Parts: sequence; C-alpha cells; structure tokens
Amino acid sequence: MDLYGITPSVLIASLMVASVPIMLAAIGELVVEKAGVLNLGVEGMMIMGAICGFATAVETGSPFLGFLGGAIGAAVLSVIFVLLTQVFLANQVATGLALTLFGLGLSSLIGQGYVGIKPPSTGAVPFGPLADIPFLGRVLFSHDWMVYGSIAIVACVWSVLKYSRAGLILRAVGESHDAAHALGYKVVRIRIAAILFGGAMAGLGGAYVSLVRVPQWTDGITAGAGWIALAIVVFASWKPWRVLIGAYLFGGITVLQLNLQAAGARIPVEYLSMSPYLITILVLVIMSSGRGRAALNAPASLGQNFHASH
Amino acid sequence: MTRKPTLVQEDGRQPHREGTQGMTRDVLLTIEGISKSYPGVKANDDVSFSIGEGEIHALLGENGAGKSTLVKMIYGLVKPDEGRMTFRREDYAPTEPREARSLGVAMVFQHFSLFDALNVAENVALGMDNPPPMRELASRIREVSEGYGLPLDPSRLVGDLSAGERQRVEIVRCLLQDPKLLIMDEPTSVLTPQEVKILFDTLRQLAAEGTSILYISHKLEEIKALCDEATILRRGRVVGICTPREKSAREMAEMMVGATLNAPERAAAEPGPVALKAERLSVASPSAFGTSLKDVSFEVRQGEVLGIGGVAGNGQDELLLALSGEIRTPSGTVQLHGSGIGHLGPNERRKAGICTAPEERLGHAAAPDMSLMENALLSASVRKGLTKNGFIDWPGTRNFAEGVVKTFDVRTPGIGTAARALSGGNLQKFVLGREIMQEPEVIVVNQPTWGVDAAAAAFIRQALLNRASAGAAVVVISQDIDEIMEIADRFAALNEGRLSAPVPTQGLTIDQIGLMLGGAHGMHEAEVHQNAHP
Amino acid sequence: MLILEKRPTPSKLWAWGTPFLAVILTMIAGGLMFALLGKDPVAAIRTIFWDPLFDPNLAAYSRPQLLVKAAPLILIAIGLSLGFRAGIWNIGAEGQYIMGAVFGAAVGLAFYPADLWIIFPLMVIAGAVGGCLWAMIPAILKTRFNTNEILVSLLLVYVAENILASMSLGLLRNPEGGGFPGSRNFNSYPAAANHELIAGTGMHWGVVAAFIAVIAAYILLQRHILGFQIKLAGQAPRAARFAGVRPNKLVVLCMGMSGALAGLAGLFEVAGPAGQISIDFNVGYGFTAIIVAFLGRLNPIGILLAGLLMALTYIGGELAQFGLGLPSAAIQAFQGMLLFFLLAVDLLSNYRIRLMLFLKEAR
Repeated sequence: MDLYGITPSVLIASLMVASVPIMLAAIGELVVEKAGVLNLGVEGMMIMGAICGFATAVETGSPFLGFLGGAIGAAVLSVIFVLLTQVFLANQVATGLALTLFGLGLSSLIGQGYVGIKPPSTGAVPFGPLADIPFLGRVLFSHDWMVYGSIAIVACVWSVLKYSRAGLILRAVGESHDAAHALGYKVVRIRIAAILFGGAMAGLGGAYVSLVRVPQWTDGITAGAGWIALAIVVFASWKPWRVLIGAYLFGGITVLQLNLQAAGARIPVEYLSMSPYLITILVLVIMSSGRGRAALNAPASLGQNFHASH
Repeated sequence: MTRKPTLVQEDGRQPHREGTQGMTRDVLLTIEGISKSYPGVKANDDVSFSIGEGEIHALLGENGAGKSTLVKMIYGLVKPDEGRMTFRREDYAPTEPREARSLGVAMVFQHFSLFDALNVAENVALGMDNPPPMRELASRIREVSEGYGLPLDPSRLVGDLSAGERQRVEIVRCLLQDPKLLIMDEPTSVLTPQEVKILFDTLRQLAAEGTSILYISHKLEEIKALCDEATILRRGRVVGICTPREKSAREMAEMMVGATLNAPERAAAEPGPVALKAERLSVASPSAFGTSLKDVSFEVRQGEVLGIGGVAGNGQDELLLALSGEIRTPSGTVQLHGSGIGHLGPNERRKAGICTAPEERLGHAAAPDMSLMENALLSASVRKGLTKNGFIDWPGTRNFAEGVVKTFDVRTPGIGTAARALSGGNLQKFVLGREIMQEPEVIVVNQPTWGVDAAAAAFIRQALLNRASAGAAVVVISQDIDEIMEIADRFAALNEGRLSAPVPTQGLTIDQIGLMLGGAHGMHEAEVHQNAHP
Repeated sequence: MLILEKRPTPSKLWAWGTPFLAVILTMIAGGLMFALLGKDPVAAIRTIFWDPLFDPNLAAYSRPQLLVKAAPLILIAIGLSLGFRAGIWNIGAEGQYIMGAVFGAAVGLAFYPADLWIIFPLMVIAGAVGGCLWAMIPAILKTRFNTNEILVSLLLVYVAENILASMSLGLLRNPEGGGFPGSRNFNSYPAAANHELIAGTGMHWGVVAAFIAVIAAYILLQRHILGFQIKLAGQAPRAARFAGVRPNKLVVLCMGMSGALAGLAGLFEVAGPAGQISIDFNVGYGFTAIIVAFLGRLNPIGILLAGLLMALTYIGGELAQFGLGLPSAAIQAFQGMLLFFLLAVDLLSNYRIRLMLFLKEAR
C-alpha cells in the first residue's frame, strides 16, 4: 500500500511532529480569542520564538532552555501588543499586523549570527520496549517530549476553560466585557494574562520549528504557520479539542506534500507547496459557511477594546 | 421650583422613621454628602439619605439625574469624590463590587450584566464570590427561584431567555447570597404588567423577611404602590424625601422634573386612506439571539398613529429593519399606498415615502464619530436631493442640518459636533427631526423617547403627533405603555414575533394590555393564548 | 496617576500631529536599536533620512529612487486605505501585487517581439485585472460564505509566491536565458517597458498612476457619496445599512479597487525597475504599504507623504547597509517600530490624558 514509497506509520509519526508548532500557537490564540482579544501577530510571535529559542539553545546547549527562551521571547513581544491594545487602546487588527511585520524584521536581525548552525538536538522520550511495538511504537512512542507536551497543553486548556472558575471568568470577559466589568472583574488584567499566555505558546511553537522541525535558522522560517494557526482557531470553532484535529489535518497535508515532493511525484513542486495554504482556505470556507452553530462559539466581544468610562 | 430636602436624622442610632404601620426600623445604609463629578458634569452633588432595614426605598429621578452614578458608588464600581457612607453603622467605602457583595449589598442591573452565550447557572456563578460546585448551584437555583415565584431552568442559555426571565437570573443571583440590601435599577422597564405584579410580590416578601431594597425608577405609580420612602434626585441633587403613599403622582413628578409638563395635543382629524400595510410579514432574525417575525399584519391610515407595544426582545428591532428596508422581504409583504415595496432597500423606500428611526441612536440611527452634518446626510440624501451624480452637495447638507438643529431645538455647539458628544435627548431630537423634516408620508419610530429626559420626550411626542396631523401615517414601536396610550389611536402588541390585531386605545385597561403583551412569561400562558390570539 | 478621558470630538490637531510624533519617537527608539548593534545612532539616522536627499555624492542616484520606490507603496496604500476605512482588511496586497505583475508580464511576453504601441496599455490593463481577480477570491468568499478576509487574503500571498516561482521557472522563463530562472527582461523590449518618462527623475508611468490615485481617492472620500459610505461602513456598520449601504457590494468594491491598484503597482514594477519576472522580484511592498496606509492616517494626502518617507527609509537603509554595515533586517524592524509608535500615539487624538496629582481618598 505504499504510494511513492511512503509508509503509513512514518507518515503518521511525522504528521504528529509537523503539527506541533501550529497546535501550540493555535491553542494559545484560542485562549486569547476566548478572552475577547484578536491578536493577528501570531506569525510575528512565532518567529520571535523561533529565533529566541534557537539562540538560547545554541548558546546554552540545552534544548529545554531553548524552548523556555522561545516562550519568553515571544511573550516579551506580546507585551508590546498588550501595551498598545490594552493600555493605548489601539486597533487590534492593525497592532497584530504591526507585531508580525516587526517580528519578522527583528528576528532576522537577531538571527544574523545563527545562519547555518545546527542546534542541540531534542531527543525522543525513552519509552523503552514500548517504542519497539510494531506500527504503534513508531506512531505513539517515538517522539520528543514536546509532542506529548503540546497534547497535554491542549487537554489542560480544555479542562480549565470547561471546568474551572478561571475558565468561566475568561469566557465571560470575552463574551461581554461590559457585563464582566459591572460584576467587578478586572477585564484588562484578565486579557493581559491571556495575551501573554498566547504569546508564550506561539513562542514555544516557533521554537519547535527552529529546534526540531527544520532544525536550523533561516529568515522567515515559520513560513505562514502563524496565519494557519489563526485559521485553525476558526476551524476549531473555538473548541480546544478541535484545535488538535485541525493541527493534525494541517500537519498531515504538509507531511504528505513534502513526501510527495521528495518522492518525485509528477505534480510540480510549487503546486504541492501551495497546497497546505489552499486547503486551509478551503477549510475556512467550509467552517464559516456553516454559520449558526459556529458563530455562537465565537466570543461576542472579539476584537473590541474595553475602556471603563465611568 | 426648588424644595429643600428634608434632611435625615444626624444620628443613625435613633429610630430612623415611623413606618406606615407604626413599626420602627434600624438604619441599614446612610449616605452623607456624597458628590461625584465627571468632566463637564456634576453627577452627584451633596447627596444624603438613609435606608432602614426591611425598607423599600425609592430613588426617583429623570434620566441623567444621577441615580445610576449613585448606585454604582454604593456597589463599589465608582468612588465618590466627597462624602461618606455607613452600612450597618460602620464606615462603608467599597473599592470593588466584591467588597460590597461580601458585606451583603447586591445589585440587579438594568443592562450589561448577563452573558448571552453562557447558561443560567454559569451566569449566576459569575455573580457570586464563592459559588458552590455547578451541580449543587443548579439545584439551589431551582430551589430559590421557585421559592420566590420566579422559576428558572439553570441549564438554559441566557441568550434564549425572555427579558423577564433574564431579570429573574439577576434577581436569583442576588438572592443566593442572602443580601441585606438589594439594589434594583429600573427593573420594570422590561416587564409586562403581570410580570411587574409578580416582581412586586417577590420584593414585598423579601422586605418582610428583613431585606432592604433600593428601588430606582422614574415610574411614579409603581413607586406609590411599592415603596415606603422615596428620595427624589434632580440634576444630581436631592430635591426631596417623601413618603410616596402620601403624595400624589403629580406632586412627585413636579419635584422630579422641576416644571409642569403639558400633555401632548393634537387636532382631531378623520384618518385617511391606508398608507402603510404589512401583510403576513415573516422575517428571520439576523442575530443569533434575536426574535423572528411571524406573519405580522397591520394597516396604518393617513393621519393615524399606530402604537406597537411589547416587552424588549419580542421582535421590535426586526420589525423596524423589515419596514426600513434593511431587511428585504417579498414585495407584497410591505405595501405603501397599495404597491408592494418589500423588495426595496432603505433608500428606495425613502424615495417612495417611508422614513424610519431605529431604537439605537448611537451606531444605528447615527454614526457616533461623525458630525451632525454628516449624520444629516446619512438618511436624508435621497429625499432632500443632497447628492448630484453621486457628488455630495455639502452646502445643501449644511443647510438641512442647521434647519434640523434649529427647528427641533437640538442643543449643540454646532453642526460640526460629533453625534456621540450630544446628550441622549438632544441626539434623539436630531434623529427624529432629520426624519420628520424630510416630510415622509409614513414614519416608523422604535422607542422614540427611550432614555430621554421628560422635556425632550414631550417635545418628540408632540412632533410625531404634528406629523400625523399633517397627514402622515405614524407607527410608534415602544416598550413604554404610557407613551403609547398617550399618543396612539390604535394599539397592537408584539409577542414572540407575532403581532396581535390592533385595537383602539380608547377605553383599553392596563390588564387588557398586559394580556395582549403576553402576560407573565411561562406563568399565564393559557390565558395569554385565549385572550391575545383569539 | 494617568487618567484617560475620551474626547467628545477627535482632536484635529493631534490627528495631524501624531504621525510626526511617531516618526520622531521611532528615530529615537531606532537610534537606540542601532546603538545596540554597535553603530553610531546619529550617523545611522543621518544616513537614512538625510543623505539620500542632500548628500552631494549620493543624491544624484538616490533622489530619483525616491519616486521609484514610493510609487508602488502609494498605489497599494491608497487602495488598502479605502478598505481599511470601510473595515475591510485586505492584508494580502503582496499577493495581488505579484499576480498583477504575472498577468501583465504574461500579456507583454505573449506579444514578444512585436513592436506595437498597444502592448504596454494592454499590459497595464492585464496587471490591474490580475490584481483585481486575486483580490476577488477573498471578497467573494467573504460575501458568499462569510469567510474571514484577513486570513484568506494573507494565505493567498503564499499561494501567489508559489505561482510566481512556478512562472519564473516554467511558463514565463526566458527561452534564451540559458536555463536560469526568470523571464525576458522588459528593459530590452521597448514596446512593453515602463520607461523613465523624464530622464534622471525616476518618473515612470507608475508614479503618474500613483499621483492620479491620490487625487481620485481624495475626491472620492471628500466629495462623493461612495466615499461617505466607505467611511460610514467602517465607523458604524449598522448605521451604514440604515443609510442603504449594501455591505457585500462595498466588500467587493473595496477589495476590487485595492487589488487592481496593487496589481498595477506590480506591473509597473516588473516592467520597469525590476525589469523581469523572477522568483524574488517582490520585496514586500505589499506589506510595507500597510504601514504607509496607517502612517498616512488613511488619508490620501497623508499616504502620499508617508509613501515618500517610507521610500526614504528603503533607500537610506540601503545606503546604511553599504556605508555602515547596518543589516537590512534592521530597516525592516525599524519600519515595524514606526507602526507601533503610530498606533500608540494615536491615542492622543481620541483621548485626553490627565495627570492626577492628588488622588482623593474615596471617603
């Protein structure tokens, strides 16, 4: 059943790896949007995470510190978004774009000394004999800890949003900041926390790109993954588990087209490499044309700034 | 006329006041010399009064009199500039609502405190500081809500509830915390007369159990029926403290408004031929939690005023959108002088002779950040010929806008002022003036005097009647029954998207109207169906 | 303690003042960034903002470049500003720019080596059509399926880049180019070239088009009911529907206009300054134009000035790269920073900031 010599177990295993960056960025953005904030700067934060993570890992030799550095770097960039939208009440769409443009420039500036270097490798979690189980071993037990970590984060976000009081308050703030304010909740503080979390997650995702996925540094390395993460939040209709599905779907397409390229399929390379973007658009169209149900999940104050006038 | 406020006793320890049944009450909350200023306006100026335990105390005043600012200070949302408060004889200066709630102060808001996409239990939990686990909370909600005659299903989405049910959510949220003081901000504006009765029974029960209630309203009859004492505010100052049962509504109205108001007048005239007709008009609501219109039919004749009453959220917005042309329907469902216009858009309908004024002044009838001049162009460009080949005639627009400002007595520094800088009453006069001065043959208005001070409201009602006298058909959609009774010739009720058959307003009793409006939701359904839809 | 207080009416003074303040703040922050990179900040700022215009050795080369670089930025930004004003966020101008170039170049190359006067006008039309069609994808998906235009237009940039790569390697590759990627050079194909109109000024047809676009947009926004509707739809969507504006029509119109203008910019670039279709002939004008549009406060005259300033940072950036070894990425970050400061100081036009010296006890 091999098509162009692609084995299913390898394909599934590598799609799990390919989906990690978008999954992390998307789950972070989901929390941000649930709080009623639209941060379009995911791409910029991801690439900042990619370079900060890469630089930290190279300098310290520790992939773990690298991921930490990536998360912090991107969260620091998201502080600018916090300042502009939550303090200076700037338009969120414009600020998000600015974040992306600035992030792309700054990352390539920082990355000048790191082109062509190999980062310390992030090893697989030792599962011992489990990894030797045919098929399942390769699919489930052959990955680095970030693969499992990202799924755990999705589960965490899901349970917090659904069951905890903090999650309820976050959803309430995203639903109607005026009502939340009237009940005495600190709308701006809650939103700031959400934005910083979103930044850190995008940073982790970015770091995964430069430390594991590629692994090296080149300008524009995230190649639109941040935008796809934004699309996946819409695809998921703001539900955490669907982010996982969306990320796997996208990861699957990416891996498949890369494998087809490598296998020398007769479709030109350019058309294969544009396919993930086209399919993302297609998925967006299908999700948004359904209206009704999905629209109800969208936080009602998404993208609106809050200023307590009285 | 200014009246010196009757001052409260200086010493809160003394019995506060002889109640009407001769019982003495301990003081719960005192407010002494509270002032609060916002740029350009002194919202509260040296306000003092007190509330006894188990007392229902009215805070009476017009829109903009400073009632909301005052209760926000009591609830800890706003800090006073000057003055002090005591609660149960201790200094009271809450810095946030949480603090107020922990001491036993609860508030039922007029707007803005429910979350449509969350369910009842979640909404209740958000208003509590230490809510029990969801399952336990749900059963307590059932228990408490039924105990006070306000049944609620904890698992329903709040967005799907009627206005009356939404208010129950807020009340139950407060009751679960055993409040000592319950603040209610204009609670009856969203209720049918029957629902008001149920609410009053609940409030009396609460007061009998020892809970004090601060009841904010501008409706005098309600205050006379319910409250033990009333503090009357005007322009931020206390202008009187009285026992409502001992005063006439007229006396209180004069204190509240500061002037005697004339009831609107109109010359009697025979209605002419049918101008506007809706025939089996059905419209799906454009918003997720809106109400769809179902088979709405009515006729309005030239020179006639049709009042369409209804509790908020029963299809009023959808009806206005369908009549203004913002929602298009099959041609024959809306007819002007016998020809179908349902398929036409807003500007084509204006050309044909219909002008409309939506409820939401800022954002729908007018663009908040645009000047009055630009806002004049917004709806008048067609009928006043303010564009030529698509190019705007700014001098003509300026003249028109200045005419509206002058004729309708809009108080503004100039027509270059942004719409949002105007007070509610002035902006509403501008919006109504803009439509009326286009001399439409049919004019449809939704909530023409909502949130408007009494003088402006009287002015607006008179202007609508004048337009009817001039031969236009007028449709007034309003949640204020008194308003409809004052100006309409015939009355019809919107209930869950259906319109009752219009009946003459003369001789209609408040009970009949209440039943037409749908009675108390979920309580008198059988009756409602028998009476309202024969 | 600082208190924000909404102004009843936006301040006209600050509306004009904020862009200047933002530029000054960016120069200061950018200077700090250059200093961190180990460059003399004063020299760097001077090289970027002063030398291209006034340095006796460099100005002769740089000054014409100003118009060459500003023209596409202004053309694209004018189109974007109409959409941004209406609340329609076309951020995929880079893709429309590429597609305009590909369409226009394809038409020109199809006639090669004919020498007809009609070729260049046809290319111009094809460029506009190409950009417009590419922008119609998000526009129609938005109106038909309510799909978010921000994401679709942006994702289409990546698709357009792949199409560009495919074209320069395949269909449009120069058959006499010895297998190297890239099309024939238009500069050696006079009938299809976008010539410099006045020697030594950098003035080409794209510059003319940009000026026309500025004037047309100015008239549209100030005098025409359509411009009024665009502003209304952006500020108060419900009021716009009340005024009879059909939102879908406006989406198609604004996206179409901005796409067409971006396509034109791409065509003028590829037929003139860039000279040929190649994998990386686009240098991100479509994204920089977003900054230009905001810096110009979405006002046509403002955009004209902002486009010139942004062009200056490109040219100055190149000079600083050669002269001071300042990395080109620093200029990109510098431009992003400008947008940040602009968005931040924009607050001043809508809010008053008060300094509360004495905070009264709430007693």
